[in-house]
Amino acid sequence: MAYAVGVDVGSTQTKAVIVDESKKIVGRALIDTGANVITAAEKAYAIALADNGIREEEVEYVIGTGYGRYRVTFGNTQVTEISCHARGAVHIFPNTRTVLDMGGQDTKAIRVTAGGDIFDFCMNDKCAAGTGRFLGAAANALDIPLNQLGSRALQAEKAVKISTTCTVFAESEVLSWLGKGKKIEDILLGVHQSIASRSAGLLRRVGIEEEVSFTGGVAKNIGMVKTLEDALEVKLNINEDSHFMGALGAALFALDHILASRSPKLAAEI
Amino acid sequence: MAFTSGIDVGSTYTKAVIIDQDREVVGKAVCKTGFLLDEAAKKANDQAVRQAGLTQDDIRYTMATGFGRHQISFSDLTATDMTASARGTTHLFPGTRTILDVGGQTMKASLIDGDAKIRSFRLNDKCAAGTGAFLEKTAHYMGYTTEEIGSLAVTSKEPVPISGVCAVFAESEVINHLSQGNTPSDIMHGAILSLVDRSMQLMKRVKMEAEYTLIGGIMQFSTMKRVLQETLEADVNIPAPEMVQFIPALGAALLGQYRLEKIVQESQDAQKV
Repeated sequence: MAYAVGVDVGSTQTKAVIVDESKKIVGRALIDTGANVITAAEKAYAIALADNGIREEEVEYVIGTGYGRYRVTFGNTQVTEISCHARGAVHIFPNTRTVLDMGGQDTKAIRVTAGGDIFDFCMNDKCAAGTGRFLGAAANALDIPLNQLGSRALQAEKAVKISTTCTVFAESEVLSWLGKGKKIEDILLGVHQSIASRSAGLLRRVGIEEEVSFTGGVAKNIGMVKTLEDALEVKLNINEDSHFMGALGAALFALDHILASRSPKLAAEI
Repeated sequence: MAFTSGIDVGSTYTKAVIIDQDREVVGKAVCKTGFLLDEAAKKANDQAVRQAGLTQDDIRYTMATGFGRHQISFSDLTATDMTASARGTTHLFPGTRTILDVGGQTMKASLIDGDAKIRSFRLNDKCAAGTGAFLEKTAHYMGYTTEEIGSLAVTSKEPVPISGVCAVFAESEVINHLSQGNTPSDIMHGAILSLVDRSMQLMKRVKMEAEYTLIGGIMQFSTMKRVLQETLEADVNIPAPEMVQFIPALGAALLGQYRLEKIVQESQDAQKV
């Protein structure tokens, strides 16, 4: 049995996924990227291999993706994260037409065709507002773990309107609302709504067509899912592997290479 | 003797200046703004009054400015940041036509006429990339404090280009540069260059004219002053380091003094009638 690997080196976290020839996930890893991007990629790969005791010799092809994809020194080639996120999301939810991927420092809206090809995409490239980092700033200011933000936000009675755009200023604004006696839950709901409204703007630029799949680390946040669904007025596809969509997509592209190399005719096409 | 107080509640620091009726500064104080704006204003004001060797009863008029000016419970009147800065600046440098004020969370450029009236202004307050917070974040990512920014940048030999589009994205950029062996001082210098670049854009948008006066806490960093001077290719006025942060507060105190003189005049006129 040959295995294919995708390594997604994100701005905040690095993910690795191993798939077998039947496209089943047989190994995964999720670690903080930290300062040394090359080491992060190597480490994530090693953890994913160890996950089910797969040996490196059994891996036939590795693809790097994410902002640090050229630092995946052991990768055979690289594919952009836009292609990989779309591929992963379409694999899990075949009727996907729109993908919203929300990560630590960027948010991407991707439109895909019925055949799973990319039709259009749009992402925040100049500013960290509307990304996971905005939630990170709020978590930091309020001293609440990231994974509890969503559930706390859903206990709100009345959202506090967050007026700052900049993630750096958001931290001060959150503290000032706290100083004015606002409830933590109400502030948090406001923070989620502010991100949802920016994401909705991004999605509208590529056009929203159902089904919409929500991927990336922030898709694990139930408060974000709920506020996005309210803002967009559509139901979102969510998967427990939302974090791994980019790495999964990369692994599936790697598998294409393996299968194609076995058939000279297909190889010529790739 | 009639004294007036000018209080500037800024996004990061609150400043107070006390002047006498000859418009001389007799006391000043600065403290962190925090989230209780009225308390910060009281604290800065009390310190400045004490420094002047006065008591609150000696203060005949209090004028507030800055983003938190409406939260002050004890001020007689408020003035916008632009008006107060223009007044304070022309008091020190009467020939000023363009003012650049870089603070902790804002950057402002104003074009004024000979009477300290604002002809146009532009500000950057939505994004940390054009403000002191950008330098602060860059320093913090490298493990330095805000106070160390000035001394860090001064020792730089060759600035590292920093894109300066977003204070959050700067983190990855800084980490990348550090891992490639660039020194913190060259990175800090690069961050200052990107801030200067943003200030030039803002000043161009108000159609800047000489003379230029640079104010705000960020001008305490000598690298910032030097690079701005080189980029503008003109002489620039910069208040003394101990005053550079207090110009809007000084302007507010001056506006308070004019106001007070007018009130006194009016009551004297009324008595004559």
